[in-house]
Amino acid sequence: MKIRLTCPIVLLILLLDLTSIVHAAPPQAQLLRLATTTSTENSGLLRDLLPLFEAGSGYRVHVIAVGTGKALKLGQNGDVDVLLVHAPAAERAFVEAGYGIDHHRIMYNDFVILGPANDPADIRHSDSAADAMQRIARHSIAFVSRGDDSGTHKKERQLWQAAGLSPHGKWYLEAGQGMGKVLQISAELLAYTLTDRGTWLAFRDKLPLQVLFEGDPVLYNPYGVMAVNPQRYPDLNYAGARAFINWLISDQGQARIGGFRLAGKKLFTPVAGNDTVMLKHRPDTPAQ
Amino acid sequence: MENLIDATHQAIVLLLSGNSELWSIIGISFRVSLSAILIATIPALLTAFALSHWQFPGRRLLITLFSTFLSIPAVVVGLTLYILLSRQGVLGDWKLLFTQTAMVMGQIALCFPILVAMGHTALQSAERSAWETARTLGAGSFRALYLVMREVRFGLLAALLAAFGRIIAEVGSSMMLGGNILNYTRNIPTAIALETSKGEFSQGIALGLVLLIMAFSLNAMLHQLQGRGRPVS
Repeated sequence: MKIRLTCPIVLLILLLDLTSIVHAAPPQAQLLRLATTTSTENSGLLRDLLPLFEAGSGYRVHVIAVGTGKALKLGQNGDVDVLLVHAPAAERAFVEAGYGIDHHRIMYNDFVILGPANDPADIRHSDSAADAMQRIARHSIAFVSRGDDSGTHKKERQLWQAAGLSPHGKWYLEAGQGMGKVLQISAELLAYTLTDRGTWLAFRDKLPLQVLFEGDPVLYNPYGVMAVNPQRYPDLNYAGARAFINWLISDQGQARIGGFRLAGKKLFTPVAGNDTVMLKHRPDTPAQ
Repeated sequence: MENLIDATHQAIVLLLSGNSELWSIIGISFRVSLSAILIATIPALLTAFALSHWQFPGRRLLITLFSTFLSIPAVVVGLTLYILLSRQGVLGDWKLLFTQTAMVMGQIALCFPILVAMGHTALQSAERSAWETARTLGAGSFRALYLVMREVRFGLLAALLAAFGRIIAEVGSSMMLGGNILNYTRNIPTAIALETSKGEFSQGIALGLVLLIMAFSLNAMLHQLQGRGRPVS
């Protein structure tokens, strides 16, 4: 009887031993926590960049990929060390409120409007992004919104505003999910949606959607990096955040960003070096 | 769009090819959930025993509370701990948000009520008479406790399996508390959520298969034990 009872326990302990081959948490000092948007993670950019940075600096980066709104919130609460996001207005507000420092613009890509190939709202012939949005609303064709306060959602609201509309009705669907999920929903419903080009390229082969509108300067999508202010949270890894930022704007980091390809296409254009510093704002007593 | 058969086929290839990322995710899942269940089991079973053995004020209320917590959504557990563990939170100084420890804490909170509620039901069925017989025959309290637990071991094992089944498959609290960090806090359920959001269905199915195979083996093991435990008439 004793043997029968111990059998599952031994098995459990064995399993636990097996799983200890998984890396334990790295020591706290070496760890850098990066909150970023789903677009940098899903496109594969970070997988390309981070190993190089980690090898050169000795830091290990933990990536928490969420929408820009959530990423900023994580920074505001001091739960991460550094942010890589795309919502210039919100980033500026974040720095001005004293939550972020060492804010740099590092690269951009652009947004595109996707829709079903037959383009029922005829946005192909729009003169501007705002015009495209007006056409979708006028025809009441389904449009899937991120609805999650992400950088893409902020841009979408800006476009509706420029179009002089506040979208509502059965055709306007707020998904409240990440970019990939929203693309899948749009594909199933044959709806229009706004997406960053990176996520689109990653999904292109799997979806019956097409880029129907692109190229309006308003669709420019700049990415910024910044450290969470160590004056607010002295125990954050500010040195690591600085090292990461400095590497991203260095020649090596910028070249790597420019060289990144997805499905054979260049995705991000590096911009550091020319007008890199958006706002300089150093702490009086730099950490370390 | 991939179809289900293709995705399943790719999933099996992925598993068999020893894809290191996939196996790291599986390892993390087991490490976290087994830690949670190992930590929770003894205090939970002692609680269940106390509830079935002693009459004390508030006992009914406690039983009702534990049964209520059976249906608490994992995201609510996640959110509560998230608010506590964030730097802004009461326990912010522990710096545990987005670590495996935080995930273990969430899973303990999820499996504890199951162990107590199911353990209590199992113990109730045998407790009084077994306890008194053991005491009459001269067993000490600890010895009697052990004998009672042994008497209802299949019920307790079923509680253990149900609890483990809930936490190994739980996505809400792991996602919030772990942050889905690759090679650190990305476990099977959060990885499935991520891969499906990326449209990588075969990865999602591969991980789903692992969960199913594991659940099947555990249940088969339990049935084997139960079969052996039955008296031959």
